[in-house]
Amino acid sequence: MKLLTHNMLTSHVKGVTKGYPLLIKATEVKVNEIEFNPQFVSRMIPKLEWSALIQAAEGLGYLQELPSTPVSNYENDEDFLRKVHRVLLEVEVIEGALQCPESGREFPISRGVPNMLLNEDES
Amino acid sequence: MAASCRRPEHMTPPEVFYNEEEAKKYSQNSRMIEIQTQMSERAVELLNLPEDQPCYLLDVGCGPGLSGDYLSEEGHYWVGVDISNAMLNVALDREVDGDLVLGDMGQGMPFRPGTFDGCISISALQWLCNADKKTHSPPKRLYSFFSTLYSSLTRGGRAVFQIYPENSEQLELITAQAMRAGFTGGMVVDYPNSSKAKKFFLCLFAGVSGVLPKGLGTEPVDRNVSNQAQFTGQRSRFKNLKGKSLKKSKDWIKEKKERRRRQGRDVRADTKYTGRNRRPRF
Repeated sequence: MKLLTHNMLTSHVKGVTKGYPLLIKATEVKVNEIEFNPQFVSRMIPKLEWSALIQAAEGLGYLQELPSTPVSNYENDEDFLRKVHRVLLEVEVIEGALQCPESGREFPISRGVPNMLLNEDES
Repeated sequence: MAASCRRPEHMTPPEVFYNEEEAKKYSQNSRMIEIQTQMSERAVELLNLPEDQPCYLLDVGCGPGLSGDYLSEEGHYWVGVDISNAMLNVALDREVDGDLVLGDMGQGMPFRPGTFDGCISISALQWLCNADKKTHSPPKRLYSFFSTLYSSLTRGGRAVFQIYPENSEQLELITAQAMRAGFTGGMVVDYPNSSKAKKFFLCLFAGVSGVLPKGLGTEPVDRNVSNQAQFTGQRSRFKNLKGKSLKKSKDWIKEKKERRRRQGRDVRADTKYTGRNRRPRF
């Protein structure tokens, strides 16, 4: 699971109102080289929940010296975009779990795929 | 209605039907791969994404990621959701570019509002129309899927679903729940005159309503056909044929070619040689 996906995932357990951000409990993390696309990364930055990204990256130990708020003219700052690209698309959680901050429900991650299936009474 | 063998959704729930064996077919059977790729191409065309811009898309019921492969080819980034673990394992073995999530569409899409630029789904929505468990209610599950999908799309985003509807009631059930969730749009039918090539696409718009695109192979139908009989001074020699042309005649050949063209098949163009007899010497 890439951190971009983590940034978008919420908990949809019944009764949970916000369910965001999900807490990452990783046991295995991998870095996968992916082609750099500055256009896509700069398009995604306004959509991101920046604080959740920083929190997730810090928890995995791949912060890459990212600032606590995005740089103002990020479209032209290639160095910054490369760092964001690294964190967003290259760092992947392979094994572990995601925990809902409200209900404490855990969603296991295996082979990089988070299991978001709910039980009968949770949906 | 009796369970038919031709519809897998009548036999078992999707997570049971798409086991290792069934999932393997999707990575090996070249015909299946070709059809899936063709349908994803058309679905992406219907999405009408801005050109030369990498988009962030959702693929619902991504299976082994065949549709996702096409999205990656086009330079888009995607997230795939599927309920079958076996299918996702095949996708992992194929090393698809998108990120995968194991999830049930009927339980809603677990994404933040305004995440995706568009959504495609190839032959997945009809699975939601069956109640596989005692607690399942198809309209409720469809509604929770559509309402969460609506919020996870950006304003003006589109969702295109390729489906195999069983009957008109089923289509009505699906579209009614989609409209209830706030979507606008409707069905696009490609090659409506052919039973084999006919494909149904449900095109939904979130927020801004657009113009529904036309289905393929529907153009020749709206020739200026009047609903009144045309007056002709000509006397017909074959009155008993009731408007049909004589078999093997030039008119008959032309009509047949036109019919096949409407079905979306490959037909040679009409020339001055069409329907001519060969010389006796030949």
